[in-house]
Amino acid sequence: MLTVDIEQRLGTFRLAATFSSAAPLLSLFGRSGSGKTSIINAIAGASRPDRGRIAFDDAEFFDAEKKIWLPPEQRRVGYVFQDGLLFPHLSVIANLHYASHATARQPTPLAKLPIVSADVIELLGLGGLLHRRPAALSGGEKQRVAIGRALLAQPRLLLLDEPLASLDGERKAEILTYIERLRDHFAIPIVFVSHSLDEVVRLADEMVLVDKGRVLAAGSVADIMSHPEWMPANGRFDAGTVIETHVESHDAKYGLTTLTFAGGELVVPHVDNAAGERVRVRILARDVSLATTEPQGTSIHNVLQGTIIAIHGEGGAVADVRIAIGESTLIARVTRQSIDRLQLVQGQPVFAMVKAISLDRRGAAGA
Amino acid sequence: MSKDEIEVILLSLKVAFWSVLVSAPFALAAAYVLARKSFFGKTLFDAVIHLPLVLPPVVIGFALLILLGRKGPIGSFLDQYLGIVFAFKWTGAALASAIMGFPLMVRAMRLSIATIDPRLEFAARTLGASPMRVWATITLPLALPGIVTGALLSLARSLGEFGATITFVSNIPGETQTLPLAIYTFTQVPGGEAQAVKLCIVAVVLSLTALAASEWLNRKADHRAHS
Repeated sequence: MLTVDIEQRLGTFRLAATFSSAAPLLSLFGRSGSGKTSIINAIAGASRPDRGRIAFDDAEFFDAEKKIWLPPEQRRVGYVFQDGLLFPHLSVIANLHYASHATARQPTPLAKLPIVSADVIELLGLGGLLHRRPAALSGGEKQRVAIGRALLAQPRLLLLDEPLASLDGERKAEILTYIERLRDHFAIPIVFVSHSLDEVVRLADEMVLVDKGRVLAAGSVADIMSHPEWMPANGRFDAGTVIETHVESHDAKYGLTTLTFAGGELVVPHVDNAAGERVRVRILARDVSLATTEPQGTSIHNVLQGTIIAIHGEGGAVADVRIAIGESTLIARVTRQSIDRLQLVQGQPVFAMVKAISLDRRGAAGA
Repeated sequence: MSKDEIEVILLSLKVAFWSVLVSAPFALAAAYVLARKSFFGKTLFDAVIHLPLVLPPVVIGFALLILLGRKGPIGSFLDQYLGIVFAFKWTGAALASAIMGFPLMVRAMRLSIATIDPRLEFAARTLGASPMRVWATITLPLALPGIVTGALLSLARSLGEFGATITFVSNIPGETQTLPLAIYTFTQVPGGEAQAVKLCIVAVVLSLTALAASEWLNRKADHRAHS
């Protein structure tokens, strides 16, 4: 359980962050400059907040009232920097084993099995790089070595500061896969800083929404995503919701997969996961349209019955309609004219038609 | 080469060697503080360190003579309580050289420390390294090219030191007569030109060797960091 409750003045920037989470993978999400990195810097011990408390499980990292401040080398918090930050004068293997001096003297925390370098090297695919210098590595390779180096310090918590930011699309996908592997393979809680919603949806169990040095909201990804009004107003974020589903069946003839959730069924292009496995889907508000009667003769597969729980839209041409479907929430982005024409109001039953569904490949690994 | 000439060269090397060895730790500390810390009076501290670079060497020598001479406030204390005497000794020549070479050494070391990303040091701490270990395994190795360059520059400067040395410790053959002082002496003696030229060539060779070594080490370090 990570608990953060801090206030800190950094030049003219004021940080005031309060949240706690026991999620296997927590994401700090917000725009650049919103204070995400300042928060993990405080967790790692790079800076000292003016007020408050930071604790992980039974270890107190910082408590202003009790005058506790654990130096970074005693926190056992792994930190993977945006640019990897490998030691340039050491080979890859020496970078990986840098922490061995410290771990040899400290017992592995929480009676966990120690993380073994052979495992890390295999999992992160570092075998061929061991005797190279950091300057001879690509961006993605550097990040993998940086992750391995942090893991071999036997951390109780791993912080990743936008590890994908400096990589191109292909490398990004590669590192994402490695992060998923380490989340599933080593039971180390991860805090992942990101400004990409796709990364958050794919990886995180819980998220903390950070804006202008403050926490706007914290909770499960599905919950937070069903409240687009919480997202920093920035156009860059496509409003949408996340629904947890299970694979029901596959249709080999048409190459389709049926997914079920408490509110109904979704038919999507073929998914690799076996029947019964969990799949997270993300549905964007602009891909959902509404009807007050059950639509007939439509090419849209997915028609879900639900109830309007709220209508958001201040003055613009479009409004976001939140619909409860079973235990899940969908958002439909429609014009305000349509709302008036269909006379949509809160509590009204509607049919939501879903044009497209983006799937999160996370699959069976779900929390 | 005569026995006297060899003695002059060996004395010069001894003076230069000790002046660099003893001043290097202080220069490194000053360089680190200047590169990494901000404090009240930093500009003044920086200026004081750079003084020997801009002052006439004779001023430094004269100040040393006043402060560290046997009757000087510091000199008499050192003589009385610690039995250390600098005036008119080869150790005084080493001290004068060390002070004259200090700004060169600090500048080179400071530059190389300033190029080290402080986040590298923080990264090492998150990996469980104490500040002492971070210094020994990250900061020091990464600053090494600058440390070596600074030491070699100071060594070359020391081999050429004249004004401060002759003012502070005079020109005593076998004790304080280093290479430049010996050359000066020969130029003052009728018929000494040949010997002066011979020692001049020695001085050129020594200085070039120090500079070449510094350049070579720099390139090697550069190559290592980028390969």
